[in-house]
Amino acid sequence: MSVLVYTESENGKLKKAALEVASYAKAVADAIGGNVTAVSINSDNNDDLANYGVHKSLEVSDEKLQKFNADAYAEVITQAAKKVDAKVVVISQSANAKYLAPLLSVNLSAAYASNVVDVPKTDNEFTVERTAFTNKAFNHTSLSTDIKILGLSNNAFGLKENKVEMSKEDFSAELNDDHFKINVESVDKNTDKVSIADAEVVVSGGRGLKDPKNWGMIEDLADVLGAATACSKPVSDMGWRPHSEHVGQTGKPVASNLYIAIGISGAIQHLAGISASKTKVVINTDDEAPFFKAADYGIVGDAFEVVPKLIEKLKDFKANNA
Amino acid sequence: MKILVCISHVPDTTSKINFTENDTKFDTNGVQFVINPNDEFGLTRAMWFKEKQGATVDVVTVGDKSTEPTIRKALAIGADSAIRVDAEPVDGFQVAKELAKVAEDGDYDLIIAGRESIDYNGGMVPGMLAKLIGANFINTCVSLEIEGEKATAVREIDGGKETLTAHLPLVIGGQKGLVEESDLKIPNMRGIMMARKKPLKVVEPVAETPLTKAEKFEKPAPKGEVKLVDADNIDELIDLLHNEAKAI
Ligand SMILES: Cc1cc2nc3c(=O)[nH]c(=O)nc-3n(C[C@H](O)[C@H](O)[C@H](O)COP(=O)(O)OP(=O)(O)OC[C@H]3O[C@@H](n4cnc5c(N)ncnc54)[C@H](O)[C@@H]3O)c2cc1C
Repeated sequence: MSVLVYTESENGKLKKAALEVASYAKAVADAIGGNVTAVSINSDNNDDLANYGVHKSLEVSDEKLQKFNADAYAEVITQAAKKVDAKVVVISQSANAKYLAPLLSVNLSAAYASNVVDVPKTDNEFTVERTAFTNKAFNHTSLSTDIKILGLSNNAFGLKENKVEMSKEDFSAELNDDHFKINVESVDKNTDKVSIADAEVVVSGGRGLKDPKNWGMIEDLADVLGAATACSKPVSDMGWRPHSEHVGQTGKPVASNLYIAIGISGAIQHLAGISASKTKVVINTDDEAPFFKAADYGIVGDAFEVVPKLIEKLKDFKANNA
Repeated sequence: MKILVCISHVPDTTSKINFTENDTKFDTNGVQFVINPNDEFGLTRAMWFKEKQGATVDVVTVGDKSTEPTIRKALAIGADSAIRVDAEPVDGFQVAKELAKVAEDGDYDLIIAGRESIDYNGGMVPGMLAKLIGANFINTCVSLEIEGEKATAVREIDGGKETLTAHLPLVIGGQKGLVEESDLKIPNMRGIMMARKKPLKVVEPVAETPLTKAEKFEKPAPKGEVKLVDADNIDELIDLLHNEAKAI
């Protein structure tokens, strides 16, 4: 039996999430008995996958796949899954993986469970734990098909080193024009910034910051921490920040290790987007702000006084712990 | 242009989430159901096409009779007719199969669904539906223009946006951005009166077997108290983050 994991790369480099899904795939393979095969597309170097339990690396290099294309990528993974007779296919929950997963599911006639947060139980049935109701609950889902697709929530499993011998193989899928019916005309990426989805640390600001001019200190704090910046919904609605930074039920989910909320009240719709984050810190003038109930650490205080001090102290901390 | 908007009937966003029958069923007691927010943006965009470019807009939901107020609301907002597939939605694949039948019978040019429903957050129905009917598919759509047979869409990607073009028939997984929130329509009295006369067709399901089943629900363990740190003692916060939480 085999587990296939799709390991994403960007500009030829494996993403951190690729190592996480590989770690998870290894745990799945241990649970069902079998080995992990990874399939990667236009990644320059996959050696690191061996450190996370991948036995075999199927390496696709194809000029036509330079830009992400859900149909074509789903077809590549489908053919790879058939080649290795995969019983479980593991993907991440990046925007691209979420795009291709349902297509893959139909291709393989495979049940798909998204937002998975734990290793499957296989005693009787094959069940996985997933988040539901935008992180307000968990749901144990059983999958009844022969092949199963699991979408692992970002940062839900973490990186687990597990060194194995890895073999490499070139792999090319048969693709035709039908797989390229959607044209990517242009890509507009904020290349210099960590995206909310990939970030280990997210620094988020709310209406309490009062003016977009005040975002400098949010960015400075994010810089010290190597964090992505985010915001609450009204902040993006007012155009202070781009919509892509809006976190919550109607915005982006965040599953970072650390989430720092500054001047955000902690409305239920905002909290829904961040409950998958591990450690939450809140800075708010109002000691009754609902965020204090959801947070691990809190400072009751004025952001305009606390944040600059925090930035200075963190700089010292980083300098001493480099 | 013939447009189909898929409407998911979901608990209002402020609902308290509880479970019954030994944590196997969602407790609908006292819960207000609404049009899924992602679908609402899509529905409003469909109304825009109808008003500006000429289109007929049908809405569809898979669900029992209790979902009818939700699709009536879509009619009150301006959809021309509604279809309810009389089946209890169990999983994304089964819903996609039911919708695929409706889509094929209606021969639609454009099918708008939401990126995900805010109940189970599966994010799988639109893509599966597209694949099942052999239509093009664009997910996390934040802008959509149609000219003749050609659609231009902007999709949200991690850390940016992407502009794509595709031919109809097209299925999109839409979200906020498709229209401004201030453009979302609230049904007015006239709309509500008219909705009563609009056709709401109930169709039998193709009765596809689901591939997954939600066996049991759980609520997150209650969280411990927040640890408050004095605003004058930032060092303590850094120490806690470093040594206790291991977050920095
Ligand atoms: C259907 C629906 C969906 C929604 N989806 C989302 C969503 O996805 N994401 C989201 O965020 N919201 C969402 N909302 C909105 C949500 O209900 C809240 O309105 C929103 O989260 C509030 O944002 P805020 O905390 O930034 O602003 P406010 O509620 O105005 O809170 C500002 C906070 O800043 C504090 N503050 C003020 N000055 C300072 C200072 N100097 N220093 C420190 N703190 C200060 C205040 O004490 C207050 O707690 C949704 C609402 C609806 C109805």
